[in-house]
Amino acid sequence: MFGSKISDTTTLILFVIVVALIPLLAAPLGAGYPALMQFFAIFGILAIGFNILFGLTGYLSFGHAAFLGVGSYSAVWMFKLLSMNVIPALILSILIAGVFALIIGFVSLRRSGIYFSILTLAFAQMSYKLAYSVLTPITNGETGLQLALDDPRILDSARTSGQLPTPNLFGLDMNATRVVDVLGLEVQLNFGYFFSAAFLVLAFWIAMRIFRSPFGLMLKAVKTNQNRLNYTGVNTRPYTLAAFVISGMYAGLAGGLLACMDPLAGAERMVWTASGEIVLMTILGGAGTLLGPIIGATVIKFAEAKLSKFNEGVVHGWFDFLPDGLADVLTWVVAKFVGDGWHLTLGLVFMLVVTFLPGGLVEGARRIGGYLGRRGQKEDLEQLGSNVQGGKTTAAE
Amino acid sequence: MGILEVQNVNKRFGGLQALDDVNLNVEENTVHAIIGPNGAGKSTLLNCFVGRLTPDTGTVMFDGQSLIGRKPHEINQMGVSRVFQTPEIFTDLTILENVMIPSFAKRDGAFKLSPFAAVKAESAIRDHAEDMLGQVGMLEKRHMVASAMSRGDKRRLEMAMCLAQSPKLLLLDEPTAGMARADTNATIDLLKQIADSRPITFVVIEHDMHVVFSLADRISVLAQGHVIVEDHPSNIKGNPKVREAYLGDAHE
Repeated sequence: MFGSKISDTTTLILFVIVVALIPLLAAPLGAGYPALMQFFAIFGILAIGFNILFGLTGYLSFGHAAFLGVGSYSAVWMFKLLSMNVIPALILSILIAGVFALIIGFVSLRRSGIYFSILTLAFAQMSYKLAYSVLTPITNGETGLQLALDDPRILDSARTSGQLPTPNLFGLDMNATRVVDVLGLEVQLNFGYFFSAAFLVLAFWIAMRIFRSPFGLMLKAVKTNQNRLNYTGVNTRPYTLAAFVISGMYAGLAGGLLACMDPLAGAERMVWTASGEIVLMTILGGAGTLLGPIIGATVIKFAEAKLSKFNEGVVHGWFDFLPDGLADVLTWVVAKFVGDGWHLTLGLVFMLVVTFLPGGLVEGARRIGGYLGRRGQKEDLEQLGSNVQGGKTTAAE
Repeated sequence: MGILEVQNVNKRFGGLQALDDVNLNVEENTVHAIIGPNGAGKSTLLNCFVGRLTPDTGTVMFDGQSLIGRKPHEINQMGVSRVFQTPEIFTDLTILENVMIPSFAKRDGAFKLSPFAAVKAESAIRDHAEDMLGQVGMLEKRHMVASAMSRGDKRRLEMAMCLAQSPKLLLLDEPTAGMARADTNATIDLLKQIADSRPITFVVIEHDMHVVFSLADRISVLAQGHVIVEDHPSNIKGNPKVREAYLGDAHE
């Protein structure tokens, strides 16, 4: 999975198997509930898309959350106006995010490096502020865009009483969950997760094709030496713009899926820290690698869900066996890194990874793999050596 | 009529007249060297051929078409390739990929959206790239990452990248700068072999007279932004104007 020895087909098959088994694998870790598993898949898609831009071309966008937000708003509007079926909602999410990416990319890509990052950041913050102020009729401002009973829903027809409708795929509800008992383990099979996971696999497959295509090769060349590429007869602007739009459409799809799982959209989805989180996911996992961003997204979403739940009482419980004074001190320190302070932990881990593993967690796994491989060889050699020695002693005797 | 015709080109940077009414006529399938002391405007002139700089006045015609106002990638697509003073290659990619990129650019043009094609399946492009690497003697190294190479190898790789596009005109900016004598001679041999094996025109900017006199069919001497002499190599050495430009005031 981390070396070049395994073929793409094998990687894809392994990927599908792991994704399908997530409900089972996550359950023992206490992460097997639908909302978190959906996040794994959806933010995985987001990170894959971001990696097509950042990992291949080296253009660091600091405004990708804008496309995520645009995707969510588009999807909710489709739920309100047309139908609770998720297909038209997702199509609109991808299209609108693509149009936004085309406009923002067209302007931002006139610059490179830090200026490009600042331009995308400015556009994203602008979208965020607009969603809060001028665009309130479209975004419903601070409250966020929500469903209402009397929405027109041309295809489904408005309801006059009863509960709010839920997003579905031709009648299959996204929040439908079946609980299965596997060897005493409570495994939750959620339709929304599997629906998102199907898109994750599709997104992964498309990214893989792009990585292996002449188009992807040109994008890698942009990252390495844009100057040489220009003098090699390649117009780099449309290449970077295409990567930007594809990556924006991925973010739109992720935003649309978020709205499918929970049909409301708020401006906070577009705030700059959300953009920063996408960057963190990609770099933490390993920018420019196929699997890295997905791993990064999963790790961050898992850590967020777990660490932010701990509070001082829980932490004190861990140190109960220690003398009172020491336990208090340790609790005081550790408590700063969990709960609301989990970002501190994330920051520390991020700093460590960037300093010691510039290639991200994927590079870490590769190094461990390499180390084990070498050690295996060394042991073989040592064994061989001792056999030879053994032979010698026998001969001497 | 030459393949590259430069007429009355002027370029001014602030108070500095970098190019002063430059005229140049490069015949097809020859090696034309541009020499001159430091700051004579050689690189500025070259940059006017490739779209990096636009002359203030004057015309640059390549193969009957004007190059003025065209972007670097457009000029390359017309058949002009360029070798840089410090080799410009794709250091993160393999040597083979480095040569496949110009081949793709030649076949597909300045932009082609092909996200679902596979590089692996492009056997014609790969064979062509391997052929080019064979010609510069780097075929065995093709799976190496380009950053790991010596400077001489990077130069040869850059040559292979240019040749992969079968350019009509190849511009070389000090192709042997910073090279040891052995590498310089190897580069000269390579350039000679390339020039003899196909219809191609070279414009070489060079400091090293050994290189210039081994290769050039014609030499233009540039001093203070002006072409002071254009002649056959055998007539250049003894020319008093050239001596003056290189050695300072000859009267002292």
